[in-house]
Amino acid sequence: MDTTILAKAIVCGCSALGAGVSMIGGLGPGIGEGYAVGKALESMARQPEMKGTLTTTMFMGCAVAETTGLYSLIIALLLLFVNPFVGLF
Amino acid sequence: MDLDITGARILISIPEFGGFMLTETVVVTWGVMLVLILAVRFMTKNLEVHPTKKRQIIAEYLVGAVQNLVGSNMGEKYTQTWYLPFIGAMFALSAGCSLSSLVGCYAPTSDLSTVLSWALLVFVLITYTKIRTNGILGYLKSYTDPIFIMTPFNIIGEIATPISMAFRHFGNIASGSVITALIYGGLSALSGLVLGLLPGALGDTLSHIPIFAAGIPAVLSLYFDFFSSVLQAFIFCMLTMMYIAGAADPGE
Repeated sequence: MDTTILAKAIVCGCSALGAGVSMIGGLGPGIGEGYAVGKALESMARQPEMKGTLTTTMFMGCAVAETTGLYSLIIALLLLFVNPFVGLF
Repeated sequence: MDLDITGARILISIPEFGGFMLTETVVVTWGVMLVLILAVRFMTKNLEVHPTKKRQIIAEYLVGAVQNLVGSNMGEKYTQTWYLPFIGAMFALSAGCSLSSLVGCYAPTSDLSTVLSWALLVFVLITYTKIRTNGILGYLKSYTDPIFIMTPFNIIGEIATPISMAFRHFGNIASGSVITALIYGGLSALSGLVLGLLPGALGDTLSHIPIFAAGIPAVLSLYFDFFSSVLQAFIFCMLTMMYIAGAADPGE
């Protein structure tokens, strides 16, 4: 059997698995953002006059918390669409 | 199921100019810039002291909104500097580039090159502000803060700023387009599968029309193309303002 094809098949399969596994990193930002939004809602209920500032700050915090999840997304996209390992064989 | 998830297509390639390639990104960005310039030219034509025309009132409202944003996040003194037009232009270009996907263009912000260049621009601005505030020696000294062993970590932290800004913007817009494409393809395949069960010529005809793909992607597009685009433009500008305001703060 042609070993090059086998190697490529293994690389492709493992890349797809790796892409899926790397998206586990999406868990963290989900939990973190949910916590931040919950706290912001609590504060808004307590002080409705601060709604504008709280919303802006909450979105900022969410965007910053999202970064780690986006890093794993970028790794998943790299593995799926611009796989750097297929060219090795 | 045919899916088409690609990066920016290369329209023209000129190998003579050192492998110069004209991609969709560049074309759409210049198109957005042209639209913005024409809109601004139109709105600021024949300005009056007491505005009576709608377009001048809209223009004054937009300028006031940017002034308010910069004033409340960076401090009032910055509304008189050139940071104000920079932030406003950055917001308009970022939102315009992301929203161009609504009219079927390739969104330039789902190309990492675009947002990375913007983030590098912001990085240069931050470094310039830091050097202007603390002097070149103070800037270099800030890398050994609090003790000199921390220098490598400070350098990594400095490099991480533009990279995280670029990846945040790129990741949000690109993931939106990928998810929309996946759901659109999945719904088309599903409607082909289900309607193909109908007997005879009716099923043959209907299974080629992606009926299920109408509706749900439009709602998703409202979130990914509209809300997320404007939000990311806003967040990019907010981070720019916060980094610059932090850099202009002389510290202890």
